[in-house]
Amino acid sequence: MIRRLLVLVAVLGVVAGAAFWWLTMPQRLAPAALAGPAPNVENGKLVFAAGGCASCHVTEGQPDRTRMGGGHGLKSPFGTFYAPNISPHPERGIGRWSEADFANAMLKGVSPAGEHYYPAFPYTSYQRMTVSDVRDLFAYMKTLPADATANRPHDLPFPFTVRRGLGLWKLAFLDGEPFRPDPSKPAAWNRGAYLVEGPGHCAECHSPRAFTGAITADRRFAGGPNPEGAGWVPNITPHRDGIASWSADDIASFLADGFTPGGDSTGGAMASVIRNTSQLSEADRAAMAAYLKALPAREGRAPPRR
Amino acid sequence: MKRFIMAAAVLAIGTFAVTAQGSDPIAARKESMKAVGQQTGLGARMARGQAAFDLTQARAIFAAYEQAAATYANLFPEGSQTGGETAALPAIWANRAAFTAAVAKWGADARTEGAKVTDLATFQAAFGEVTKNCGSCHETYRARRN
Ligand code: HEC
Ligand code: HEC
Ligand code: HEC
Repeated sequence: MIRRLLVLVAVLGVVAGAAFWWLTMPQRLAPAALAGPAPNVENGKLVFAAGGCASCHVTEGQPDRTRMGGGHGLKSPFGTFYAPNISPHPERGIGRWSEADFANAMLKGVSPAGEHYYPAFPYTSYQRMTVSDVRDLFAYMKTLPADATANRPHDLPFPFTVRRGLGLWKLAFLDGEPFRPDPSKPAAWNRGAYLVEGPGHCAECHSPRAFTGAITADRRFAGGPNPEGAGWVPNITPHRDGIASWSADDIASFLADGFTPGGDSTGGAMASVIRNTSQLSEADRAAMAAYLKALPAREGRAPPRR
Repeated sequence: MKRFIMAAAVLAIGTFAVTAQGSDPIAARKESMKAVGQQTGLGARMARGQAAFDLTQARAIFAAYEQAAATYANLFPEGSQTGGETAALPAIWANRAAFTAAVAKWGADARTEGAKVTDLATFQAAFGEVTKNCGSCHETYRARRN
């Protein structure tokens, strides 16, 4: 009897293990997905700005926003993540990566060795990007200076150190859907939606998160506690808790110069975002503003009073 | 008239700083910055082309910054770290000399850049340059919104 039970437990264990292994298996792009004309480096530079890669990956402690040596620490409730070196350095950076390696990182959150990335790398938004933008971005990044900064390991407690477990998280929270334009909406709205939801990854900071670390869907863009610790990230929906009083022009101008309609200069993480959005075209900033103005007004939880 | 606008802007900021200084430094420094924010709002609208460029108005903005900077560092006496709703960070008191220098640099930049303003293009350049001080000071010495 006991022996049968043990066998059963062992069998169940193997089945569970196999299921875990199968469920957490990294998904990759089909190689054919990458076909296309020669990449456009100029557009890649704009995608780089829209994606805000410099905000996290710039070599820590120096001002040059094209040196992608990494080292910036991102605090989270799970531990501290350190952005890696993504400069074209052959050993320390991603200089030996193929275009497919890069596209799988950006769109699937999978490393060349087949490991899952932590969603501190906001591929939950980047998965919406078009393959052609990702190819252009990679071509542009190859033109940046190589930087020899060594990667710093993340500071995480067990079990968050087990990357394979992220497969389950991805299964639950990563839909793998590219951005799909809505033909019933104006072109500017669609362009704005793409920039905000995809490369701009605005929701990653401007939304509250559940204990799992996933964004609370019905509060998307409605603000929440700063994931990096102290303070509050504001509601950017057209709700009175948010930016209902801002005109589309106010928002577009804010993305260029960082001044709120009240004359305050934005700070914290947003100052770094503005350094990126200020490099986009006026039309792209206006498109982002049009999309934000058209979001459903969502109530944000009131920030705690001091 | 133009002189009057300029004087009024300068006085508005100066008076806040002086009157409230002794009694309630937290209220005083917040009023001072609020007035700076109002001037900056005007400046941003002109720089963006949302409002017509007005040379007198433009110069008044730099004068107002200079005036605010002249007293701003005095509004953080020992003991005013807490005791009211304030976004001032302890770093101000821990690095008093560096904070005072940041205020002084802002005032000095306002003076040198303001003197270069003759038209919209020079205003945009000068305004962009001086307002770099806002973000860099807030980054270190002002708490994120609560
Ligand atoms: C919010 C911060 C953040 C932003 C913004 C960001 N990244 Fe990252 N990135 C990370 C972190 C953290 C990792 C490490 C993830 C891990 O170890 O699982 C990472 C990993 C990567 C990797 C894998 C590197 C390696 O050595 O395996 C690549 C490639 C990458 N990012 C590219 C980009 C690009 C391109 C952009 C801009 C479009 C970007 N990242 C924007 C935080 C960020
Ligand atoms: C890394 C986190 C982060 C990202 C990414 C981010 N923001 Fe922000 N944003 C902030 C924080 C923090 C503030 C508040 C800044 C302050 O208090 O001065 C802010 C402020 C704002 C405001 C002003 C709101 C107000 O009420 O003052 C707007 C508008 C805004 N962000 C839009 C965007 C857009 C559009 C994007 C995407 C391109 C974006 N943000 C991406 C963190 C972020
Ligand atoms: C040398 C430092 C410094 C500089 C330069 C500076 N500020 Fe401030 N600012 C502060 C501090 C500190 C606070 C928070 C004061 C408090 O809450 O006690 C603040 C608060 C503010 C506030 C909020 C006021 C309120 O309602 O409580 C606004 C608006 C503001 N600053 C705008 C600006 C603008 C615009 C500029 C540039 C033209 C600027 N500041 C330059 C230090 C600075």
